[in-house]
Amino acid sequence: MKGISIILLCLGVLATGLLLSLGIGRYPVSPAQILAWITGGSGLDGNVPLVMLQIRMPRLVAAVAVGGALALSGASYQGLFRNPMVSPDILGVSSGSGFGAALAILLSLPAATVQLMSFAGGITAVLVAVSISKYIGKGRDSVLVLVLSGIVVSSLFGALLSMLKYIADPLDKLPAITFWLLGSLVDIRPMDLAVVLPVVIIATIPLALVSWKLNVMSFGEEEARSLGVPTGVMRAVIIVCATMVSASVISVCGIIGWIGLVVPHIARFLTGPDHRLLFPVSFLFGGTFMLAVDTIARSAASVEIPLGIITAVAGAPFFIWIMKQSSQKSW
Amino acid sequence: MVNGSSSTLKMTGASLGYNGHAIVRDADLVIRSGEIICLLGQNGAGKTTLFRTLLGLVRPIQGGITIDGRDLTRFSPRELARYISWVPQSHSTPFPYKVSEVVLFGRSVHLGMFASPGQRDRQIASECLELLGIGHLAGRSFTELSGGERQMVMIARALAQEARFMILDEPASNLDFGNQVRVVQKIRDLGMRSIGILMATHHPDHAFMMASGVAVLEGGRLVQAGSPDGALTPEMLKRIYGVEVQVFDTPPNGHVGRKVCAPVVHGHGMYGNL
Repeated sequence: MKGISIILLCLGVLATGLLLSLGIGRYPVSPAQILAWITGGSGLDGNVPLVMLQIRMPRLVAAVAVGGALALSGASYQGLFRNPMVSPDILGVSSGSGFGAALAILLSLPAATVQLMSFAGGITAVLVAVSISKYIGKGRDSVLVLVLSGIVVSSLFGALLSMLKYIADPLDKLPAITFWLLGSLVDIRPMDLAVVLPVVIIATIPLALVSWKLNVMSFGEEEARSLGVPTGVMRAVIIVCATMVSASVISVCGIIGWIGLVVPHIARFLTGPDHRLLFPVSFLFGGTFMLAVDTIARSAASVEIPLGIITAVAGAPFFIWIMKQSSQKSW
Repeated sequence: MVNGSSSTLKMTGASLGYNGHAIVRDADLVIRSGEIICLLGQNGAGKTTLFRTLLGLVRPIQGGITIDGRDLTRFSPRELARYISWVPQSHSTPFPYKVSEVVLFGRSVHLGMFASPGQRDRQIASECLELLGIGHLAGRSFTELSGGERQMVMIARALAQEARFMILDEPASNLDFGNQVRVVQKIRDLGMRSIGILMATHHPDHAFMMASGVAVLEGGRLVQAGSPDGALTPEMLKRIYGVEVQVFDTPPNGHVGRKVCAPVVHGHGMYGNL
């Protein structure tokens, strides 16, 4: 019952956030107008339906999906690695995605191809990390080997990305790559959502289904195996699904740090460690947080502020505060 | 918890180790339901290798290990978890699960891949806590418990698994004297519930207190040495630990008498020259 009330609370906060953000932007819409638009009432400004349906709604939905997906992915990885300090790019998904997107931008490929190559890059990086750990990890602490492989792959793709930036045209291509890497939802179209949302939903289902077994794995893989949990299958499910979730949203929004690390943390304060509750609350809370960040990004200044900058500026002090809190009690 | 027929875990002439390199040779061991076998041996004698093999984490290099006649290597990890539960020596989790949730983890083996525990599992978990006399801990956070309480919770979790055999890795180490005795008493009670128990310990006294049999890991060999009273002679203890130990009978003052051991400490200490 406690769980349901927490989820309802988070839903309520998210709904309020959505209503508020709908009105904010270059073309301000008053709450009365929003109400009139929703209820089909009279006195509606003729431009409002267009602004809502074509511009604002897709972007708000995208913000919620992106924030929720990154937080869910982070919560999954933190559970798998039994470490609350883990972020979704621990196995290299961000640097792989960044490299894929930068390569596509450099080759002047269309936007849809940039997204596809970003997605492929993210998945490839994680596959390489997992393959390296399989190759090395016989009879050793396999989680540690996996993390180290992730660091190697991140750094490798990071270097390749730097090379692309170095050779990119500094007037045209380099700013585009840099802007992509900092994350933004400015170019989001309803079509992108139609592709990304199904991927996120499909990959979320297995995560939700194994969430209790993930609890059991919090005592370590060998203990979980002695308790009858097929740890190899579990690891594969978590890595594949969490990577699908994060790589698919990164492909449309670029690289946005901090959410996947900080949000599951805060959610855990609220819910405790049970992943059955932590997953939905992380998603809802991550979505709300991203919604706020994106609203600031598109309305605070005369130019779009990249999302990655805001999440880092907001996330860093927040995280310090959390570390201070949690040094007084266990995670 | 385990009902019905009895089971036998049998190891005959097995070699155990990693990458073809044997750490334990000629291992012989038989555990039947309701028996408590204490495993004695020095640190580094191969105890961890033995346990990891029995838990299916390492394949035996050669020789047979069977449960009710079926070869251990033919069990899937899930099947094996229905037969053998494990109480590890150290246990940590970074996440503050409640004791009741930790004990429920023992039910995983009875649940499908995508399932969560139900009412019946909760019932069993709470019975296991009550059985070990720690029902009052159910709502506490596992990470905030004392060492002795955690140990009891780990035993409750293994019990909730409802396996026929239970392996305990030095369950009484790191506990104060009172908690050691309490843990030994509870494990002894489990033996009466027809669970076959293999328990590693560094205290020969534990074997005198509770065991029906003794197995000794020494010089790379695992030998089943018979009953504690017969096997744990001063000579045997000297062979295992390399120190002089005396073994006495306690006077039967109301309780049944049993043997105790007392290490001989030589030297010119504070009281040596009085």
